[in-house]
Amino acid sequence: MILSDSLVRRSRATALEPAPPAGVGFKHEHADAIAADAGYAGFLEVHAENYMGAGGMPHRLLERVRRDHELSLHGVALSIGGSQPLCREHLARFAGLVRRYEPFVVSEHLAWSTHASRYYNDLLPLPYTRATLACVCDHVDQVQSAIGRRLLLENPATYIVFEASTIGESAFLAEVARRTGCGLLLDLNNLFVSAVNHGRSALADLDAFPVEHVGQIHLAGHSVHADADDSRQLLIDSHDGVVADAVWSLFEHALRRGVRVPTLVEWDSKLPPWPVLRSQADIARDRMQRTLHAEAAHV
Amino acid sequence: MYEAAHAAAFASALLDPAASVPAGLIGHKRYDIHRNNVTVSLIDAIASIYPAVERITGTDFFRTMARLHVRATPPASPLLFDYGRDFPSFIDGYVHAQQMPWLGDVARIERAWLDAYHAADAAPVTLADLAAVDPARLFDAVLVPHPAARVVRSRYPALSIFVMNRQPATPDARLESDAAEDALVTRPAFDVMVRSLPPGGATLLAELIDGRPLGAAVAAAAADSEAFDLPANLSGMVDAGVFTHIQLREAMT
Repeated sequence: MILSDSLVRRSRATALEPAPPAGVGFKHEHADAIAADAGYAGFLEVHAENYMGAGGMPHRLLERVRRDHELSLHGVALSIGGSQPLCREHLARFAGLVRRYEPFVVSEHLAWSTHASRYYNDLLPLPYTRATLACVCDHVDQVQSAIGRRLLLENPATYIVFEASTIGESAFLAEVARRTGCGLLLDLNNLFVSAVNHGRSALADLDAFPVEHVGQIHLAGHSVHADADDSRQLLIDSHDGVVADAVWSLFEHALRRGVRVPTLVEWDSKLPPWPVLRSQADIARDRMQRTLHAEAAHV
Repeated sequence: MYEAAHAAAFASALLDPAASVPAGLIGHKRYDIHRNNVTVSLIDAIASIYPAVERITGTDFFRTMARLHVRATPPASPLLFDYGRDFPSFIDGYVHAQQMPWLGDVARIERAWLDAYHAADAAPVTLADLAAVDPARLFDAVLVPHPAARVVRSRYPALSIFVMNRQPATPDARLESDAAEDALVTRPAFDVMVRSLPPGGATLLAELIDGRPLGAAVAAAAADSEAFDLPANLSGMVDAGVFTHIQLREAMT
């Protein structure tokens, strides 16, 4: 009986392990519907900054979510890609939430939002250079040391390229992961939006992505516009609709590349009724299961 | 400190549509995407804090006013539920809002509402707790306010206007008078409560929130209003969950 190790591992995985969980972003508008939906076994993700108040309804709702579901915590304002030192007070608040709610995944963005005591409430881009690489690694080290665990860093949706950049985004992220030990959050909508906006092949970008570091996938909807500079398409990472077919295709491709991680559907504005959002997570779960079954059939 | 200094250059024109786009960007017209994200998302943040003001003024008026405020006073913290504290005074001074002199006070009630919503949890004392205190020691006692408790005083019927324009709004209601109103905003459990304070009540509670003993607060309230009724005020506030502890004098030393 000669089976390669990887085949043995794969067949065991398909026989014994369920597909990784699928989840959705948690919105208070859906809290009652989620509580009433006993069939929903997915996880929920929250933006950390929305739960940094002292008390009241937000924490009450989050405690209920945590009691009934796995939780992932997604920071949006640590400003890891900024050029200033991280705000210690904000980092302490973030670490406090990790301790209190014990999320199974903690993530942030390769982007920045604060500079010179101004908070811009946007995920702003940075050039990819040796200097920004050192700065980002320093910030990721500080975050991981404050939370006492691994952080996942998310690839951004970008619209602008810096003339100063000397490193590709995938290589930059791979190097941050190698130097700091952090994982990566592969946002396939961001990857698609960026590829289209910069005239690249999304599939080639995905093939270049260091998938061995990926600990979570994000999926989301985007909006389509005409570029001001020319007649090409401009995609905006709007999180206001269903996941696009092209992004589902990238998801299938990532699954074929062997990525087996918790997968989340983000939907942040123009919120749909709960069943619509849930059905997006169900599609993600079904596709993960189907991939595992197909692999099992090949063994 | 760091060699990386990209953020200063990139941030320089985000809030100023007249400033030139930073150098060194390929696809520099797309810088407007970020300008738009920053301004629109901050206007949205203001709108989420002040829904009654938006309902009163209409969306276009509101967003024009909020855009001016956002560009003049961007947030210093990423906690957006803390943003917009200067918006009520901005409204007071906004030239196009001068026909609505009460609008800033409606905004103050909405700001207090959100502060109460996020305030720390604490169990309020009950009327039975109050009744159990030896009356001889009551005036020396300090009534510790709930972290959510706020007082908003207005020369106008700002509370009635607030109630008519918050969800569930009562748009058909008519103002009964143009008299001044004092609002109590608090959150005994998880739902924010907004109530009208009787005469002298605002002074009484403001003094108590400042940490003065009940006797001193009562004297100030009686001086403020001849109609001040201590039992009615105190039972109303305790019933609304305004206090979390009754500290008797010995307990304070």
